[in-house]
Amino acid sequence: MYETTYHRPSSIDEAAAMFAKGSESKYLAGGHTLIPVMKQRLASPSDVIDLARIKDLVGIEPTSDGIVIKAATTHYDVAQSAIVKKAIPALAYLASLIGDPAVRHRGTIGGSIANNDPAADYPAALLALDATVKTNKRNIKAGDFFKGLFTTALDDGEIITGVSFPVTDKAGYAKFPHPASRFALTGVFVARSPGGEVRVAATGASQNGVMRVPAIETALKANWSASALDGVKISADGLMSDIHGASDYRANLIKVMAQRAVAAAG
Amino acid sequence: MGVEGIGASVVRKEDRRFTTGKGRYVDDIKLQGMTHAHFIRSPHAHAKVKGIDSSAAMKMPGVVGVLTGQQIVDDKVGNLICGWAITSKDGSPMKMGAWPAMAPETVRFVGQAVAVVIAETKNQAKDAAEAVVVTYEELPVVADIRSAIKPGAPQLHPEAPGNVIYDWAIGDESAVKDAFGKAANVVTLELTNNRLVPNAMEPRAAIAEYEEAEEHYTLYTTSQNPHVARLVLSAFYNIAPEHKLRVIAPDVGGGFGSKIYIYPEEMVALWASKKVGRPVKWTGDRTEAFLTDAHGRDHISKAEMAFDKDNKILGLRVKTHANLGAYMSLFSSSVPTYLYATLLSGQYNIPAIYAEVMTVYTNTTPVDAYRGAGRPEASYLVERLMETAARQLKVDPAELRRKNFITQFPHQTPVIMAYDIGDFGASLDASMKAIDYAGFPARKAKAKAEGKLRGIGVSCYIEACGIAPSKAVGSLGAGVGLWESAEIRVNPVGTIEVLTGSHSHGQGHETTFAQLISERLGVPISQVQIVHGDTDKVQFGMGTYGSRSLAVGGTAIIKAMEKVEAKAKKIAAHQLEASENDIVIENGEFKVTGTDKSIALPMVALAAYTAHNLPDGMEPGLKETAFYDPTNFTFPAGTYICEIEVDPATGKTSFVDFVAADDFGRLINPMIVEGQVHGGLAQGIGQALLEHAIYDANGQPITASFMDYTMPRADDLPSFKLSHTPTLCPGNPLGVKGCGEAGAIGSSAAVINAITDAIGHNKLEMPATPDRVWHAIHG
Repeated sequence: MYETTYHRPSSIDEAAAMFAKGSESKYLAGGHTLIPVMKQRLASPSDVIDLARIKDLVGIEPTSDGIVIKAATTHYDVAQSAIVKKAIPALAYLASLIGDPAVRHRGTIGGSIANNDPAADYPAALLALDATVKTNKRNIKAGDFFKGLFTTALDDGEIITGVSFPVTDKAGYAKFPHPASRFALTGVFVARSPGGEVRVAATGASQNGVMRVPAIETALKANWSASALDGVKISADGLMSDIHGASDYRANLIKVMAQRAVAAAG
Repeated sequence: MGVEGIGASVVRKEDRRFTTGKGRYVDDIKLQGMTHAHFIRSPHAHAKVKGIDSSAAMKMPGVVGVLTGQQIVDDKVGNLICGWAITSKDGSPMKMGAWPAMAPETVRFVGQAVAVVIAETKNQAKDAAEAVVVTYEELPVVADIRSAIKPGAPQLHPEAPGNVIYDWAIGDESAVKDAFGKAANVVTLELTNNRLVPNAMEPRAAIAEYEEAEEHYTLYTTSQNPHVARLVLSAFYNIAPEHKLRVIAPDVGGGFGSKIYIYPEEMVALWASKKVGRPVKWTGDRTEAFLTDAHGRDHISKAEMAFDKDNKILGLRVKTHANLGAYMSLFSSSVPTYLYATLLSGQYNIPAIYAEVMTVYTNTTPVDAYRGAGRPEASYLVERLMETAARQLKVDPAELRRKNFITQFPHQTPVIMAYDIGDFGASLDASMKAIDYAGFPARKAKAKAEGKLRGIGVSCYIEACGIAPSKAVGSLGAGVGLWESAEIRVNPVGTIEVLTGSHSHGQGHETTFAQLISERLGVPISQVQIVHGDTDKVQFGMGTYGSRSLAVGGTAIIKAMEKVEAKAKKIAAHQLEASENDIVIENGEFKVTGTDKSIALPMVALAAYTAHNLPDGMEPGLKETAFYDPTNFTFPAGTYICEIEVDPATGKTSFVDFVAADDFGRLINPMIVEGQVHGGLAQGIGQALLEHAIYDANGQPITASFMDYTMPRADDLPSFKLSHTPTLCPGNPLGVKGCGEAGAIGSSAAVINAITDAIGHNKLEMPATPDRVWHAIHG
């Protein structure tokens, strides 16, 4: 690891000010991506600004039409939250599948979506649930937030403060874990809004990161059931292919995981 | 037996320090004035080193020195050696390319060191390493066996034309030809044994210290065999003579074979400690472990078995290609030959066997012994072949095995080994009963109704452990004897120190060996201290590998104990004014049989050291040494059966049940034995389902981290049902056989046999990842 300066701000504004001061600043949340990359000397931030200890960034709150999970809330806390379990149980379930216990006790929702790993779990939930990413500057709809591999709509220095999830009628998540990393080899989140809109998002599959799956959305809109997907064909074009899963296998997993997610959603 | 003697599952003495973080590993050791080494490694799989410019690095803060491969050549430090000479079938010796500790001219695998930076801190060494400019000229690469043996393939070593190291054979070719000529049925199978990375929990590390006034070196290192390390470093590498080199292997966090060898980093640290005049420490990181620890397995084979009309085996023919990587590691040559092909008879009466093994160089990390070392490859081949044969011959796989079992002992196989004892039918019966083999068809039908594919797989393994009779291995090309030594010191107060040449790096020797003493003297294990891992303390030793520590090292302890007891009985008889023939040892006391006269061990020991009243002519002291050379290998064997269910929608394999019935001879500590079996099974199942070291065509490793290389985890594994069907080994006084490798040797075939049973065809290689199984089902 190269030398760096570690900062522990107590407020979001202080964090943003510190970020602006550094020549090459990085925010730190759970650290599961940044710290390994720094240890491998692949990143050399001048300043590391720890967001995870800012009180305003931690917690889960019910809202009039859903819930807000603040950015530095750990996966463990989301998985255990009575509020989340009541409002969107599939989201608590998703959080319980991330990594392993050590990861879940430190990793945060804000860190996960800011990094936008193409195999991370949370992006699928945000996209399928039509969530809104709240920052210290603005609100960004999930559909506009994820911009491909490890890329988001965030400006330099912009801080995610929380994610707002609207209530759903039905929601389910099914994940086939990557055997080694336990990221999603393919994970599919299905959701139906109270208005009947169906949104389905797959993570771990596409070469461009999290994606909607229109063929499955159409089939489920017509008939919300696992068997409705029996005849759906998912193209392998544009899907990732590696030693753990060829693109045709991932295409199969999108369908199979979607069916299981629907079954779980009830 | 006493409560802590043979057969008692006492809690491991060493675990208090391990489980409370108080172990003392190499990296925990800090010496005064210690510097830190960081190696500069090749990013290319094959390249010429055109130049190394360290001028900028030398000016960096904290830098003590930058040393290169050319300097190590200039200092006449020897090349790395291979300790087992194999002769090709045409009579020519193996073709070994030179392996300097750091490459002066040519790099042949990604991660090979070309230079080392030594600095005040590890971070300063890393900073300076980035300022060292190494210029490479890339060369064409061979990354796997098939490309290595292609005509016109790029050459790795001028000494080895066609990249072939040796083309070796064992057995009787013409007898096998005759057997196949008579065959009613021939079964053929091609199979791959996937390359694995050992991944001991503790990465390799070394600290070297040179004391100029004494011209003496000390090397702290993560070794399974510190005396072998000292011998090789002294005799072949020209760094320090044996009496001026102390090698200490303190607590070592796992080895699985990968810490047998003397690697370049340890050599360089030792050499550099004199060059820079300061202690030098190197602790590898996980990436370095992936790149430089010797890998395991990596075979491709074709096997054919001939059967008569009654389904009795007539003959076996095997052709194997084995990848030894870019250089020949210390025992690499013996693994695919004498540790592999000599086990191809399995548990079966096979009248004729002929096996050919060609080993090749590739631009990959060197390959050497890894848990099981050759025997997993043999067991996998034989047991996959038996299962395939049963399916082809349309007979029950368990019954085909039983029909061909060896039942008379001793049994001489056509491939060197003389099995001393066993009861293969007993293990098979125990496993079949434990898994309710007879009830499987009904369970399969039920699973099918639920949309799942269920399969059952049998594997009847045998291994040769207790390595090894020195004369026998010497005649086969080994450069060392494989005996073991022990010294028993009974202290004046009656406590006991056992100095063993075996090395414990997770096996629990401090407990098991103490139990041997407790059994004989009736003293608690808390009065016994096991001392190992230091060449200045222990007389000599060949270390721990090949499931040898109890059968060979434990027997040496027994032999030394016999001498101690004989002398102690003489002293006791003298003190008690009785005949030494009337003295018996019970509960730590020497008793005159048939009387109430006795003397406690501490009083005997004190008498030995005060020497006020010893028998005439007896030397003072109570300390004895024994060197034990085994007369034969031991032959642990057993049957593993697993039942699995495949989800056809995802290709995911789940365990329904896994049963093991092992014959390890007598068990000293059954709890430790079960732990060894669990670990072995995890690694064997890991090979079958998860683990695979993969290189791309350019020789770049693409599984060099735990993000890509799938280590088995608890939730990948079933709860194992273990049982024991022991026959006592006649070759050693304890009747023990060894248990460290069995799980890794026997389990892979059981898993693949089960999955291929479930999916209904045989086209599946390890690791059976969900992706591969799904493609095997759906095309």
